[in-house]
Amino acid sequence: MEKKKTKHGPLLTVIFTLISLAYVYPIVLVVINSFKKKQYISKYPFKLPSEKMFVGLENYVRGIQQTNLIQAFGVSLFITVFSVLAMILCCSMCAWYICRVKTKVTSLIYTLCLFAMVVPFQMEMYTLSKIANMLHLGNPVGIVIIYLGFGAGLSVFMFTGFMKSIPLEIEEAAMIDGCTPLQTFFQIVLPICKPTCVTVAILQAMWVWNDYLLPSLVLDARRWKTVPMAVQYLKGGYGSVDMGAMMGTLVLSIVPIIIFYLACQKYIIEGVVAGAVKG
Amino acid sequence: MEKSIKKYFPIFVLPTMIAFTIGFIAPFILGIYLSFCKFTTVIDAKFVGLSNYVKAFQDPTFLHAAWYTAAFTVASVLLINVLAFVVAKLLTKGFAGTNIFRTVFFMPNLIGGLILGYIWQLLLNGVLAYFGKTLTYTSAYGFWGLIILMLWQQVGYMMIIYIAGIQNIPGDLVEAAAIDGASKWQVLRYITIPMIMPSITICTFLTLTNGFKLFDQNLALTNGAPSKMSEMLALNIYYTFYGRTGYEGVGQAKAVIFFILVAIIAMVQNRLTRSKEVQQ
Repeated sequence: MEKKKTKHGPLLTVIFTLISLAYVYPIVLVVINSFKKKQYISKYPFKLPSEKMFVGLENYVRGIQQTNLIQAFGVSLFITVFSVLAMILCCSMCAWYICRVKTKVTSLIYTLCLFAMVVPFQMEMYTLSKIANMLHLGNPVGIVIIYLGFGAGLSVFMFTGFMKSIPLEIEEAAMIDGCTPLQTFFQIVLPICKPTCVTVAILQAMWVWNDYLLPSLVLDARRWKTVPMAVQYLKGGYGSVDMGAMMGTLVLSIVPIIIFYLACQKYIIEGVVAGAVKG
Repeated sequence: MEKSIKKYFPIFVLPTMIAFTIGFIAPFILGIYLSFCKFTTVIDAKFVGLSNYVKAFQDPTFLHAAWYTAAFTVASVLLINVLAFVVAKLLTKGFAGTNIFRTVFFMPNLIGGLILGYIWQLLLNGVLAYFGKTLTYTSAYGFWGLIILMLWQQVGYMMIIYIAGIQNIPGDLVEAAAIDGASKWQVLRYITIPMIMPSITICTFLTLTNGFKLFDQNLALTNGAPSKMSEMLALNIYYTFYGRTGYEGVGQAKAVIFFILVAIIAMVQNRLTRSKEVQQ
């Protein structure tokens, strides 16, 4: 879109700068409070840490020790990366099959995928946690399978939406030249689908990384915690909440995401827009 | 071509289908069945007919949660969409710094609901402390606290969808209207809004379902306090399952009711706004 000069351009810039500062303030507030002694946090949340209140990095150390946060990062990263990879690989393959083979079975699968997008997690949570328990899926590898299953609806839907628009001739030419369906898929179809892969990866990664309820019900929490579980553990695990450790943990769990976001915000925003337009 | 692909069913479809069955289909079917049973573990289920549903509807906390959720959803859908649209309209005017503002407004979406809840708990309780109150003083405080939190989180997300919609409006359409003497309001009413109907459809859908299914933020901000008065449906169902033993069947019945509600709302909303979309 061409940019035209706006009448109140500079004024709008000033107003939005102020709004933006207010927008990041809640996060700044948590960062400020993470350097205060815990008894001062709830009492004087808006004061800058004076010499008496200042504790240095103590809150961070306590936060990490109490929640085992470093391990939680590893667990969250493992689950997110492998769930997203599994969704991209398996769901794109499934979607291609659905698009190219028209039978009653494939149209049933497609309808089920649409259906799955409407069903709220509360409908499934109790039975899913029992089934996961029975099948011994309460570990970081098992939960990847569950995420693949629960995220399949949206992923398959997005991939089929894109694949319908790929001209059949390209694939037919590849097959005539002697490609097997597997070769055709991996060498022709999947590279064309790259934008959709990025969109699916972003939407699902945002969901899986931040999801609290599913892992808290499925994972064996004594051995593995994800980052949201670690944060909630501080709230539930002790009688009175250690606000200092809480602030430290909150900051540590936000900072990597913000760095990641600033590094690839262009792709993230584009991915969200593409996902919304197709959905 | 179809025939040669068909043989590859086990490779292409089976992995997804196995996971889909474990993660979705089996829990769903079992869930429907168990909503008609009394049980504490899945193995000791006894069929009891509709009594779980009767108990669910007799539970005053469930009915309160339903109204509370409905009110919250209506308020949040309206506020989020209006604000997001206004911000999107302003940010497409092209002044210095729009990209930075867009980046800032979207940022909270990357942070999980639970963490957002605890951030805002600190801030809002800090502000309310000046008036000698807390977020859990009455359910109204929790309600508006949750609205502020959700605005902060979701306005940015909806905004970028509206921006994409506004940027897709052909410029000559607006110009032609201006030449014909249309006022700014007329352009907005008869061109901009009809042309971004697809964005409105998707944004109302997302805000509706997000509002209705809200869990993490509710859990972190007030956890239902005072005495379950700020509890939304998802949290109410959670505590029916895991808060009191012997009520698992009732919890499952509530979950089925919840699912039906969400499905109906999604369908009605889709019908309503899709019918207003124009062909481009």
